Amino acid sequence: MNHPITHIAANTFREAVRDRVLYNLVAFAVLMAGAAVLVGQISIDIERLVVINLGLTAVSLFGVVIAVFIGIGLVSKEIDKRTLYTVLSRPVRRWQFIAGKFCGLAGTLAVNAFFMGIGVFGALLYVSRRLQRADSYVLVALYFIVLELLIMTAIALLFSSFSSPLLSAVFAFSLFVIGSFSEDLRGFAGMSNGLAHWLTTAAAYLVPNLAALNVISPVAHGEPISGSLILWNTLYAAIYCLTALAGTVLIFERRNLK
Amino acid sequence: MPAIETFALEKTYAVGFWRKRPRRALHPLTLAVEAGEVFGFLGPNGAGKTTTLKLLMGLIFPTAGSAQILGLAVDDPAVKAQIGFLPEHPYFYDYLTARELLAYYAALSGVPARERTRRVEAMLARVGLADSANVQLRKFSKGMLQRVGIAQAVLHDPKVVFLDEPMSGLDPVGRREVRDLIEQLKAEGKTVFFSTHILSDAESLCDRVAVVHRGELRAVGAVAQLTSAVHGQVELIWQGTEVPASIKALGAECRISGENSRVILPEANVEAALDLLRRERRQLISLNPVRTTLEEYFVQQMNQKQAGA
Repeated sequence: MNHPITHIAANTFREAVRDRVLYNLVAFAVLMAGAAVLVGQISIDIERLVVINLGLTAVSLFGVVIAVFIGIGLVSKEIDKRTLYTVLSRPVRRWQFIAGKFCGLAGTLAVNAFFMGIGVFGALLYVSRRLQRADSYVLVALYFIVLELLIMTAIALLFSSFSSPLLSAVFAFSLFVIGSFSEDLRGFAGMSNGLAHWLTTAAAYLVPNLAALNVISPVAHGEPISGSLILWNTLYAAIYCLTALAGTVLIFERRNLK
Repeated sequence: MPAIETFALEKTYAVGFWRKRPRRALHPLTLAVEAGEVFGFLGPNGAGKTTTLKLLMGLIFPTAGSAQILGLAVDDPAVKAQIGFLPEHPYFYDYLTARELLAYYAALSGVPARERTRRVEAMLARVGLADSANVQLRKFSKGMLQRVGIAQAVLHDPKVVFLDEPMSGLDPVGRREVRDLIEQLKAEGKTVFFSTHILSDAESLCDRVAVVHRGELRAVGAVAQLTSAVHGQVELIWQGTEVPASIKALGAECRISGENSRVILPEANVEAALDLLRRERRQLISLNPVRTTLEEYFVQQMNQKQAGA
């Protein structure tokens, strides 16, 4: 497909691969192998629970670190190194550049999560000797983690469009932490009154609801995930990403590239 | 229709942390570059050359005024497909090889997939990088990167080529190659707009030049026109290493160079000097009006501005 977004996305993916971003898979593989062997020796009947909890949490954390640290440099690095000049002096719109960069990193994270998923299933197979029907719910949890990573990438891109890389990283990680506890924020908003109620409600809707995307615990306990939750979470992630990307484009379209 | 036109194009930045104050990087610039011209944009460092190029590339936005390339607004994608740009001190994706980088830029420029490989290979050969095509750019020297930069600027066969300090950082051989390439582009009928502070390059390559200083256009015109005889002096060269006292008396500056004598004297005294040489039976080699070099003209413009300020 001869579209600028495709080429920019492919180049972003290639950059991540050549800059050895996927080497984190080695660390993940070591962690999973170690966990599988250790869990088999110290836990009785909860091996599966521990492996799923540990594995999916690691997939999420590894992914968030990559999404934020690469995401904040997607635009700023291109401006600092002036590699952007020879791209934007071609028939490439600024919004296409942002979209291409986002898609490239999203692809990298999806591939990363795919291989990590294989690692989780490998560890599960090692501790349980066979896979059960409930293990298929791990796929849904992995899908939600990918959605979470897409949201974090969009957030990192948004911050990097107007802020320094350091501040962007601080803002993005702060939002990740707040977003992971967004249910508590909503609960607090429900209990408060007056101005505090309005402010906390606004904040609760503004920060990403990452808690809704975290189904690691129910999946580890073999509980199925409803189809409606999958649909709503997909819609929510799509809308949140598009909104954050629209904000990024809006800022980037007006930016002087000094 | 001019290939490049600017209409009172102006750029002011807000500088300072707390109390922002305006700093004008480019005073209203009105300029027209004809199609097929090699146009030199001259000025010392910080004169506003790169600012102008960035405005033309749509990388920064004007505070006032506008610009057109090939009759269209600079941010029109139709224009971008027909221009090539080499930034100053270019830096490219260093994890790519030269071949991959050019293929990427060809794709972004809309070169059809079936034509890409042929164009890339031809361009690698043209800039002398065929042997290093599979080497990652992080292992390239500055001169090699400049060649890659030039290759990416002309890869898609643009009608107008913008080069920001194309000779910067190159050795004499590299500079010669870039000069040859600009001449080739001119022979192919392309418009070349290049900024430089190396005046000898501009003098030898450009049909017309513009001189900018502190963001202000100081002069524009053909090189010959700007460097025309302004002194009213002539240079006289003859065979022999002796300068007769009678010629010295005409107010001539004398210099012996090898087997020849060279004097510069006022135009009004030429006939008298020639009579004297005939009488002395000296063999005349040349008689030429003294022209200002572009460098002298440039320095003169800079000094005038400083004196005015």
